[in-house]
Amino acid sequence: MADQDKKDPLLEKRTSRRSFLKNSGLTVGGLIVGGAVGTLIGRETNETTTTVDPKKAPTPQGDGKANPNAALMFFTPNQFDIANAAVERIFPADDNGPGAQELLVAYFIDHQLASGWGMNAKEYMSGPFYPGEETQGYQGSLNRQEIFTVGLQAIENHSKEKYEKSFVELSGEEQDAVLTDFQDGNVEMKGVSSNYFFNLLRSTTIEGVYADPLYGGNANMAGWELKKYPGHQMSYFNMIEQEEFEVIEPKSLSSQHNH
Amino acid sequence: MATTLPKTDVVLIGVGWTGGILAAELTKKGYQVVGLERGRGRSTSDFIMVHDELRYALRYDLMQDLSKETITFRNNDKMRALPMRQYGSFLLGTDLGGSGVHWNGQTWRFLPYDFQIRTMTEERYGKDKIPEDMMLQDWGITYDELEPYFDQFDQMAGISGEENPHGGKRSNPYPTGPMKHTPVMTLFKEACENLGYKPFTQPSANLSESYTNPDGIARAACQYCGFCERFGCEYGAKADPTVTVLPVAESTGKFDLRTHANVVEILHEGNRATGVRFIDVQSGEEFIQPAEVVAVTSYVLNNVRLLLQSGIGKPYDPKTGTGVIGKNYAYQNMCASTTGFFEEREFNVYAGAGSLGMCVDEFNGDNFDHSNLNFLHGANIFLGQLGKRPIQNNAVKPDTPSWGAKFKEESIKYHNRSISFNAQGASMPFRYHYLDLDPTYKDAFGNPLLRMTYDFKEQDNEMSKFMASKTEEIMKEMGASEIIVMKEKGPYNIVPYQSTHNTGGVIMGDDPSTSALNSYLQMWDFENIFVPGASAFPHNSGYNPTGTVGALSYRAAEGIDLYLKNGGSLV
Repeated sequence: MADQDKKDPLLEKRTSRRSFLKNSGLTVGGLIVGGAVGTLIGRETNETTTTVDPKKAPTPQGDGKANPNAALMFFTPNQFDIANAAVERIFPADDNGPGAQELLVAYFIDHQLASGWGMNAKEYMSGPFYPGEETQGYQGSLNRQEIFTVGLQAIENHSKEKYEKSFVELSGEEQDAVLTDFQDGNVEMKGVSSNYFFNLLRSTTIEGVYADPLYGGNANMAGWELKKYPGHQMSYFNMIEQEEFEVIEPKSLSSQHNH
Repeated sequence: MATTLPKTDVVLIGVGWTGGILAAELTKKGYQVVGLERGRGRSTSDFIMVHDELRYALRYDLMQDLSKETITFRNNDKMRALPMRQYGSFLLGTDLGGSGVHWNGQTWRFLPYDFQIRTMTEERYGKDKIPEDMMLQDWGITYDELEPYFDQFDQMAGISGEENPHGGKRSNPYPTGPMKHTPVMTLFKEACENLGYKPFTQPSANLSESYTNPDGIARAACQYCGFCERFGCEYGAKADPTVTVLPVAESTGKFDLRTHANVVEILHEGNRATGVRFIDVQSGEEFIQPAEVVAVTSYVLNNVRLLLQSGIGKPYDPKTGTGVIGKNYAYQNMCASTTGFFEEREFNVYAGAGSLGMCVDEFNGDNFDHSNLNFLHGANIFLGQLGKRPIQNNAVKPDTPSWGAKFKEESIKYHNRSISFNAQGASMPFRYHYLDLDPTYKDAFGNPLLRMTYDFKEQDNEMSKFMASKTEEIMKEMGASEIIVMKEKGPYNIVPYQSTHNTGGVIMGDDPSTSALNSYLQMWDFENIFVPGASAFPHNSGYNPTGTVGALSYRAAEGIDLYLKNGGSLV
């Protein structure tokens, strides 16, 4: 932990996290509210005697090999390949930095689909189902797992119809043309419009670029680095008024949990 | 078979801000209070992992499970209402502390004009100024009468701020000083000053400095970590019920909090409530909690639904204009969204706080002349620096595609080089904007969902265009090289997030034929039922509602005390 703090330009300005807590006027000793913060201070005290933390997971690697998280929970390998090709067109690698493939975005989507979210667990999915007005939001009966299953198949079918090739065999421009047809709502799909599926694919891709790496995407926090976003930080109290832009080395929630 | 529990003085249906304030005030006075919370308990330690945009902002960890309960929606009564299957326009909080946990902390007092809006509008512009279908009405209480309760809320929560040059008179200054100013805020402030406005720091429950309130509750200062709205505060710096009023209630030994207790019915005999029926959602057991006073303290929409479902009060009928429960549903006219691009400058916008901002009130309420305008009331124009999280913020210039290389390049480039602000407009009540029970869709217990009928009106569109002209002017003055302004409002769409400021449905007033509650938030026709909360607002102002909700809750606490002592109608 101490080593991590040294690398952190924000915390470097202070001598330690504990003194930052004092400097910033936190009165923790008092009442009911010290709970969460008090726990952190307690943890830090323990850490000074800890040299090796067995909970620390290996850093996810961009090559998809050394990272045990880079495996499939929901997609078939074929579905994964289509999704992996599509997300790269939505968020491609370029001079600015890695694209969705290197950020492991398709794994993120796979894992999300395997979760309650993929089955719309906390959403109202009871009938009767009627096609609503646009102002009434999604009214379909398909959950996200089903939408992706239907949608990825439709991408494949549309590619074969249009170019007589699998989506993954198309050039980047051809893949873009296929995806644009989906975006424009020009592809027939069962249960949901192609435009709806495209928007879901797009928004989930962006989530996979920028969500905390604990969810499997944003590998090595490289998504955050694109936007110079510092991720999880305890405090900006001492620099909130600062004029100059400051790039802070990002931290993920694992630094909080495993410190 | 329901188990009947021992009778209590007061039972609370829901334990958020309104329930929490009643719990603290009434237990301090010696009453026994039972708080029934449908969700789980909460404390700051639940939020050690809270800096997680996906879990909280996009997967709605703190929000009601819509699979069990939602609403149905239609723009007008010609349409078939359909369920809100997913979150969008507004977010419904759940668990201990309710929406008071996931709020931003923007804490306002409504204007003196708000409370006497019909009288003052007619005085200044004549009766014809108010359109026939606009159900504008006075609140049955004035700002001056409500001021001591506003002050109580401010002192309890430790509100940080500085005097609003256009606000109502204050008996005390803000208990804590204004929040710190960021370069973005300074840019906005200077631009507004150059244009002749009087900008001021947004009032905040984020706490600018360590503070001990009159109940002896000490809280730490905000760390500007950038995770407020949709998140809970791990520091306890942001005022919420679990770090302010609930510990006070608990310390009296007179507060019995039951979590996972979902109230499904208010029981009554004649015009008197006898208690509530609730289900323990973990065991499935059913209980009856008898009480001398029933306080309906859940979110706006559930307050209305529970009354309708229990057959309490006369349901509103828009065709005849009679009845009161479900009447005057209003919302918030979030408008004039304005984004400016700054090529040469990057800002530390990842840092922020839910209520860190600058604003101007020149065009709010009746602070400006409406003689030649086709709308009433106005908006607070505010720039907030809330912490710009990367999934939800992807500002790009017009005509940029929404995906692909160009999108990536621009959304990265402008992440720290763009600034957005907007106007928070008042929402006026209309005859056909109302809440009732849906004839088709049911919740997990088999009870009908609440049905919302609502749309934006010409009033909202006119206000939006007016505010957009002002916000654009400010952004120009700030030096943006390119500006995008949303001028027109389309129909109300339940999909994009706008605001969790739903109001009305159980409104207060001075006449039992046009309102459900008197000025103590006591029901006119059920004297032992009190319904504080934003459901009591006859219209919504150009501000966040919580400050006024807090004041009304302190007023209701006083009313319940008076009722328990003397009985009868308090007005």
